[in-house]
Amino acid sequence: MRRRYTVASAMVGALALLTMAGCTTDPNVAAPTDDAASTEESVEWFDQELFDKQDAERDVVPEGPDGEPWLQHINAEMVDTSEFAAEGAKKACFANASISNPWRTTGWITMNQQLEVLQEAGVISEMETRDAQDSDDTQIADIDYFIEEGGCDVFIISPNSTAAMTPAVERACETGKPVIVFDRGVQTDCPVTFIHPIGGFAWGIDTAEFLIDELEEGDKVVALRILPGVDVLEQRWAAAEKLFDEAGIEAVDYFTGADPAEIKKIISDELAKGDVQGIWMDAGDGAVAAIEAFEDAGVDYPVMTGEDEMSFLRKWKETGLTGLAPVYSNFQWRTPLLAVQKIFAGEEVPSEWVLPQSPITAEEVDQYLALNENMPDGHYAKFGGEDLPGYPQVWEDRIVP
Amino acid sequence: MSAVTSERPSAGARLAALGRTLVSPRGAVFLLLIVLLIAMAVLNPSFAEPSQFIRFVQRVAPVAIVAIGQYFVIVGGEFDLSMGSVVTAQVVIAGNLIGQDEAKSLPVLALMLAFGAFIGLVNGLIVTLLKVPSFIVTLGMMLALLGGTLYWTGGAATGNPADGFREIGRGGIRGIPVIDILPWSVVVLAVVLAAAIWFSKRPFGRTIIALGDNPTTARFSGTRNWWVKTSTFMISSLSATVAGVLLVGYAGVHPSVGRGYEFIAITAVVLGGVVLGGGRGWVVAAAAGAFALEALFTVLNFAGVPSTYRDAVQGAIIILAVAYSATTFRSRRRGRGIEASPDATSPTSPDAATPISPDAANKTSPAPAEERDAPASARPAPIPSTSRADNETKGGS
Repeated sequence: MRRRYTVASAMVGALALLTMAGCTTDPNVAAPTDDAASTEESVEWFDQELFDKQDAERDVVPEGPDGEPWLQHINAEMVDTSEFAAEGAKKACFANASISNPWRTTGWITMNQQLEVLQEAGVISEMETRDAQDSDDTQIADIDYFIEEGGCDVFIISPNSTAAMTPAVERACETGKPVIVFDRGVQTDCPVTFIHPIGGFAWGIDTAEFLIDELEEGDKVVALRILPGVDVLEQRWAAAEKLFDEAGIEAVDYFTGADPAEIKKIISDELAKGDVQGIWMDAGDGAVAAIEAFEDAGVDYPVMTGEDEMSFLRKWKETGLTGLAPVYSNFQWRTPLLAVQKIFAGEEVPSEWVLPQSPITAEEVDQYLALNENMPDGHYAKFGGEDLPGYPQVWEDRIVP
Repeated sequence: MSAVTSERPSAGARLAALGRTLVSPRGAVFLLLIVLLIAMAVLNPSFAEPSQFIRFVQRVAPVAIVAIGQYFVIVGGEFDLSMGSVVTAQVVIAGNLIGQDEAKSLPVLALMLAFGAFIGLVNGLIVTLLKVPSFIVTLGMMLALLGGTLYWTGGAATGNPADGFREIGRGGIRGIPVIDILPWSVVVLAVVLAAAIWFSKRPFGRTIIALGDNPTTARFSGTRNWWVKTSTFMISSLSATVAGVLLVGYAGVHPSVGRGYEFIAITAVVLGGVVLGGGRGWVVAAAAGAFALEALFTVLNFAGVPSTYRDAVQGAIIILAVAYSATTFRSRRRGRGIEASPDATSPTSPDAATPISPDAANKTSPAPAEERDAPASARPAPIPSTSRADNETKGGS
């Protein structure tokens, strides 16, 4: 048994060494690898062409009806849809990635109210929806089910991930029926229209420029990111990271899963390490916990970018911090159904339907708070459903269909 | 623990015994914790300040409380996978029912405790009376609770409860010298830990360990197995409720609060040297496991490990630590299986069953070995009985 103890002690020693090695040598070793990793990430997700395109689109005045941003489009190239023109109510099939976050839940509620309008107008007979619950496999199966036995007249797809969903979307296109993709993209241009707000790079540019303006060179920004690997989120960070880098702002990023306990832990650790002047978020979920961590530590509020989620707007107003609420236009959930209406009417639609996307600034925050006074915290200020039936009750009660 | 405090050997012998305890699987978690805390202080000297350290304790409190609850279930021979979702459900209940009305705090708190006890009762009764494996029962309960929460909230936070209620998890007694603030979470953790230590020393607490060790003997010695086991599930659900109350204050309401807590708790308990399958363990070591785990996360953060591979580093270190305690335990068990029966008959009085040092394990006659190695048997926990051969448990309740 003595020998076993020796082995055991050696293992503890090795473990301790390993742990210590992981820490003590860090300043020399980990810093370069950190840089290497971040360059790699930037190379992977950073796309100069797309960055420039979205940068330019931020300043374009969108075309389309005034006061209905969900029907507006930026730099659109219209496609003819007369081949799909048809009479009567059609069946829509919607393959949804998930409703697992408040942004998607809000959009889903809005979409259903829009559906009600179109059903009454006799455009859509019914919409069959399959929720993939954040799983690529499930969504591929959902799309194939719609193709094989759905009896669908039009496919609406909100892809779970970009690369994995491309073949399934192509199969849907091969049926010859119109396909509409929105939110996250796919790597094919076979859909009739791809609907999305300007995009992640624009978000990253808006937020990073704001923080760079408000902060000084050498200041530290903590970036709170929901999860890796989703293009719209990765592009937000890729753009922001590049701009922070160029402006000499020190930025560290963390994945939080939107868990407020995790966010609070991260911020407390960062505040224990040293001062933090700015908070950047790739989505506003959990923003309140980040602000509270500063309150608990008894230090000044940071300059912060969140999202147009009500919880952040309210906390922003309450604390009076310097903030910006970037927007990933939630009203885009209405547009696919309105596109269905246009396509079956044979009206032309943009092949890439870029919706406007503009942040809520300090001057506008009061107006959006007043407009959404009784909405729950998980509601998104730019949800764009004010003219739909059920407003505001349906969103206030947040009944998920 | 008893050996270190009660036998009063010379200082040198005591130190040697302490050293042995620290490298033994049961004590390894304390060694790991010390190493990690030192690493933390080296990487970030401000952490060594008492006011920062107490904030760390505050942060770990919910995890430690969940680990303490999980300890009772695991040492009783079962699993509770529903703890994380109980935390989530309680957080959402607090957010939805209390709202901004502080007067509702107490009634809702009572309701939460009742709800927690009820979930534990359901888990326990299905496991004991319907004989469904706890892994499946609590997995089902986890999904049911998460689904219920999703249905109720629509996937979004409904807003935080009144500040008065959140004070338990967020606030504390201010103006205390040295530590600056004594968070209520730390007080709650201390109370829960003290209660857990006291409880595990009571006959009922001993019975849980006996039951986890060998249900058949426990039944023969007059234990109502179904009730003991059910009560462990109620303890774990109640501890998840307490953690939920602290978390709703600390973090706020979100459907992701509590996610993964069941696995953190199980890891912490295993890290604390508690044997999966039951019958061995010390509740303080389980709590220390939770601290070690959180300290590890913090060290990785302070060390600047990039977020993309932080999880992998965490996983590797946890596997190493758990593998360490598992291999030593298994080697001990193999050597000792033969002598299991004499001690196993008196599991309800663990102190009477002399703890046998690992050195005695490969001896064929246990009696002389026990005498010779008595001073070396310094362990943090009294061992209620010796290990069993696996086939002995098959005929259990």
